[in-house]
Amino acid sequence: MKIHEYQAKDILERYGVAVPKGEVANTLEEALDVARRLFAGGAKGVVVKAQIHAGGRGKGGGVKVAKTLAQAEEYSTQILGMRLVTHQTGPQGQKVQRLLIEEMSPIARELYLGIVLDRATAKLVFMASQAGGMEIEEVAAKDPDAIFKAYIDPAIGFQPYQARKLAFALGLKPAQINDAVKFMTGLYKVFLETDASLLEINPFITTTDERLLALDCKINFDDNAMFRHKELKELRDTAEEDPLEVEASKYALNYIKLDGNIACMVNGAGLAMATMDIIQYAGGSPANFLDVGGGANQQQIEHAFEILLSDQNVQAVFINIFGGILRVDTLAHGVVEAARKTNVQVPVVLRLEGTNVEQGREILKNSGLNFIIGETMQDAAAKAVAAAQEKASRK
Amino acid sequence: MSVLVDENTRLIVQGITGKEGTFHAKGCAEYGTKVVGGVTPGKGGSTHEGWPVFDTVAQAVEKTGANATVIFVPPPFAADAILEAEDAGLPLIICITEGIPTNDMVKVWSVVSKSKSRLIGPNCPGVISPGKAKVGIMPGRIHKQGTVGIVSRSGTLTYEAVYQLSQRGIGQSTAIGIGGDPIIGTTHVDALKLLNEDPGTESIILIGEIGGTAEEAAAAYVKAHVKKPVVGFIAGQTAPPGRRMGHAGAIISGGQGTAADKMRALTAAGIHVVQSPAAIGETLAKVIGK
Repeated sequence: MKIHEYQAKDILERYGVAVPKGEVANTLEEALDVARRLFAGGAKGVVVKAQIHAGGRGKGGGVKVAKTLAQAEEYSTQILGMRLVTHQTGPQGQKVQRLLIEEMSPIARELYLGIVLDRATAKLVFMASQAGGMEIEEVAAKDPDAIFKAYIDPAIGFQPYQARKLAFALGLKPAQINDAVKFMTGLYKVFLETDASLLEINPFITTTDERLLALDCKINFDDNAMFRHKELKELRDTAEEDPLEVEASKYALNYIKLDGNIACMVNGAGLAMATMDIIQYAGGSPANFLDVGGGANQQQIEHAFEILLSDQNVQAVFINIFGGILRVDTLAHGVVEAARKTNVQVPVVLRLEGTNVEQGREILKNSGLNFIIGETMQDAAAKAVAAAQEKASRK
Repeated sequence: MSVLVDENTRLIVQGITGKEGTFHAKGCAEYGTKVVGGVTPGKGGSTHEGWPVFDTVAQAVEKTGANATVIFVPPPFAADAILEAEDAGLPLIICITEGIPTNDMVKVWSVVSKSKSRLIGPNCPGVISPGKAKVGIMPGRIHKQGTVGIVSRSGTLTYEAVYQLSQRGIGQSTAIGIGGDPIIGTTHVDALKLLNEDPGTESIILIGEIGGTAEEAAAAYVKAHVKKPVVGFIAGQTAPPGRRMGHAGAIISGGQGTAADKMRALTAAGIHVVQSPAAIGETLAKVIGK
């Protein structure tokens, strides 16, 4: 689960990690109110920051420094409500619903700090780099030696000596080392106690008056751990997600929207990915990833079907089920019901295999609805692609 | 021959009184696996579907002589269940549970990696040696005894591969579902090593997916050590970066873990890589001359 920068910084503050003074604003009035107070408190300038989940906001024009209140008003008006396009939003961009208004910080150096899971060692790794402001992937690709790493033993946790090593590697001044240890230890605590899956401070800055600040902050949470974090669940902003994905999540369906025109419904994540692949292999393009899981019931199948069909790009549906735990007859019932309810207007191709497959095929045949049956996965994919092309050409 | 599970497997089920545990304990027993009991804390001393239930894994092991466990405990308690099984000295721990928090698995791995116990999973379908024993949730009847070893991160995609083989009359020695999480007890390399050293396994199917670099490590292992023919498939060739494709571990992040990279690595190691998931069985048949 992703959260906004302002929410992440609220969490940092609670753990004693220093962030610039600032507040979130949902309206222009609120934005001006915050700016006014910051200027009154002695700020030399304020930063107006668009709050969307995607990165690359600065380059897209979503982050601006205002030296006066009038400028703050101008930029806030500009950014609030705009469709911000970054390399992570796609060409349609993301609407800016709120701003973070912060005191401008006198930057001396821009650095990087991050914590992630290292899958190869199954340990958390604390990363630091002098190349602040750059994406860490880019640094890793260009100059992997520029990233300093400390692997964390889960039994004893992140140790002060590890923080010191990273701080010295970053070239921090002796007077800043203790603060840096506190700062990094705080970040590790945030990571552990919120069950984060990613924590990045980019840039992590030193100021001209020798302070250390998290100028930006990104935290993602481990979806698997959300059951023990009710308070964090409330930070979810569904306006930042695809509406169909939000709808799917209500029914515990694993759905990801893509750009193609062949919708797919599959049981199991691996087979669902493989189904997308075989659609492309057959010359088509998948409209989504959907794993209905091993234990899907009839209702879930119905909801899944409705979600697939509400994607306007869809010209055909490909249902690929290998019934192990999920029985094929259960699925067939769900599909027939859903097809009736939604008055489906696109061809539906099914490839069914596994437990109770004969009963499942019987149910489809007796439904009076026009389903196309694929004998093998290859055959079904080819039929789905052909059906989608025919449907599209008739438009 | 086969690896990990066979007619000598004596299995206990952790979480045997739950819905999933009950259903699959019966499924394993019906297939012919020796299920000798189960564990549900607080229900020790009772029997469930004819099996003795114990409060702790240690008691179950002592009383039944179990040498393997399969875990159907819900995600909040599953990491603890793995640690309990390790503490009881069980040589084989198969964890089916999906949705265990990563931080819990970091702790589990710091113990299990130094232990004599082997962990398979979590978030996996389990292990089956056709005709001998099934420890997991896979549909037993699609399998056929034979000499093809399978290792895979995905459940249904493994069934798909097995089915394609069985349809052609080609049987399997052991199919190992290693699981779709970012931290798993037995990796592709570990499983390949077992299959490579098993005299009953003559060829291998390796199924991977996007995310991480385990398939690249597997490719290096194959190149250096494996003489048996290997057919490979990587799921997620069309997956967008930065999105978790169902499995917690199936994510391309920071440009790492793409299907293209993995397919390249496998091909360079001499593995017969198929682009279409429908061609796995056919290709294996060709490679072994059937």
